[in-house]
Amino acid sequence: MKKAVLLVMALVLTFTLAACGQSNNGGTNGAAANNGGQAAGGASELTGSILASGSSALQPLVDQASKKFMDQNPGVTIQVQGGGSGTGLAQITAGQVDIGNSDVFAEEKLDAAQAEGLVDHQVAVVAMSTVVNPDVAVDSLTKQQLVDIFSGKVKNWSEIGGNDQAIQIINRPASSGTRATFEKYALGMKAEDLQGSIQEDSSGTVRKLVGETPGAIGYLALSYLNDSVKAVQYEGVAATEENVANGTYPVWAYEHMYTKGEPNEVTKAFLDFMMSPEVQDSVVVEMGYIPAGKMQVKRDVEGNITK
Amino acid sequence: MAQSKQHESKPHLVEEWVGKVYTALCILFLVVTIFSMVYFVASKGLTTFFKDKVNVIDLLTGIKWNPGGDPPLFGALPFIFGSFSTSILAAVIAAPLAFCAAVFMIEIAPKFGRKYLQPVIELLAGIPSVVYGFVGLSVIVPLFRDIFPGQGIGIAAGALVLSVMILPTITTIATDALASLPSGLKEGSYALGSTRWQTIYRIVLPTMLPALMTGVVLGIARAFGEALAVQMVIGNAPHIPGSLFESTSTLTSAITLSMGNTVMGSTHNNALWSLALILMTMTFVFVFIVRWLERRSKI
Repeated sequence: MKKAVLLVMALVLTFTLAACGQSNNGGTNGAAANNGGQAAGGASELTGSILASGSSALQPLVDQASKKFMDQNPGVTIQVQGGGSGTGLAQITAGQVDIGNSDVFAEEKLDAAQAEGLVDHQVAVVAMSTVVNPDVAVDSLTKQQLVDIFSGKVKNWSEIGGNDQAIQIINRPASSGTRATFEKYALGMKAEDLQGSIQEDSSGTVRKLVGETPGAIGYLALSYLNDSVKAVQYEGVAATEENVANGTYPVWAYEHMYTKGEPNEVTKAFLDFMMSPEVQDSVVVEMGYIPAGKMQVKRDVEGNITK
Repeated sequence: MAQSKQHESKPHLVEEWVGKVYTALCILFLVVTIFSMVYFVASKGLTTFFKDKVNVIDLLTGIKWNPGGDPPLFGALPFIFGSFSTSILAAVIAAPLAFCAAVFMIEIAPKFGRKYLQPVIELLAGIPSVVYGFVGLSVIVPLFRDIFPGQGIGIAAGALVLSVMILPTITTIATDALASLPSGLKEGSYALGSTRWQTIYRIVLPTMLPALMTGVVLGIARAFGEALAVQMVIGNAPHIPGSLFESTSTLTSAITLSMGNTVMGSTHNNALWSLALILMTMTFVFVFIVRWLERRSKI
């Protein structure tokens, strides 16, 4: 009896220590766990593992694509983790992961020296639309009106042609990639957090709050739009896939998958798969993104647009 | 079996030795975990002051938080204010309810109370915080929006959600405290002709006050550290609010909102670790208060 108790206790201890050792491993040097990626197998059969982390906005897309890829290449395991763009970029520069997912250019978050060795793979485009509560009687906002709203100059919808209703801003946290995109391309300036404004991290919560709060204004990726909120035009241009692709609607950003230097064979195969029509025309579209190949305009880090 | 009877003393020595080593290992493991966590948070949190040259006083008393600005400002007072106001207000709402529930369960209807009511209240502790947050966002926020001026989001909604979350903590500790009261005290009171109400009000509650306060402080500590549920209903604007129904932030919500989006090692990220350090320091303060209250216990 006593021996049994001892045995159980010893087992518990072993497992606790083992679990502790494992989590340490995962936390500090995740790269060690996926060395297999380098040792890619035979000519036709791909084997190895890929670890991707970063942007929670991009995570579902990469996750879906990775499932398809793993079905076709049973020798490959791909793990896609969230954590945010900052985490993804930090981990790829430190070499802890094979792919770092990000909503923003690495140069915007990292020092030039850190961003140096990273190779950018732009897999999709995400466009954002300004959304308001359905009861707000405004259909289009100019850039200046948006700036006035988000800098607190205009506090009531009646000042810009709406009904008499106080404006409630539903913003994103200052560190958010979505907010950075919106401020850069819709407002053209950095907006400060106003007293009384609401900040939410998840698009679902933003949509819920904009839909329920009278006079609310916020912004959402196109994939999150539905009947509970009203999308307003920007300078008279509606946020549609077509307008984004031909460059008339400016509020969009690339979804980046960064590798450190040139990717190894398995990672390269996966990134090629991400860009193949099989993913671009199905998963990307289904998830509400715009395929990178459809874009008729290109944009660099500084925001310069080329046809 | 036969063999172990022959050497009766030996196995016991081994058992004692194994037991000692096992317990020592367990305690070592705990101590190492705690110290490494303290070291980790402290080393990261202090980087803000030593490497990024942010003034400690500015961080603790500044009211403007604008990490992306030029120059970046790291005033964490709104977060500290938000954390204290929500958790203390939550305790103010929850404590009277918890005390009354404990009195009912121990003094008024002991059998029914301990058998049915206590498990029900303890069930509240098992509900995940995201559920509390979602209920808060879907029920409390719209309700406050309709009744009070403002958007319903803010300290009041956060405190109400938290008060339900800490109710089981305070109730359980209060119940245990009341149950541990020596029956002689109560019987003496009854023998002198006091009514049940007089006994509860004059004898039971004053005697157990330090233990009840222990429960309250533990409840505040729990509320102080809660992140998800509060984040969903508080609005997260980095400002000290003008009313209970205006968007504001707590230390925890500021950390969870931005930790994943900032790059490890950047000043913004380090400042978030400084917030975590403040949070941890406050938790230690709460623990010391609890120890002090326990020493003051009259029984």
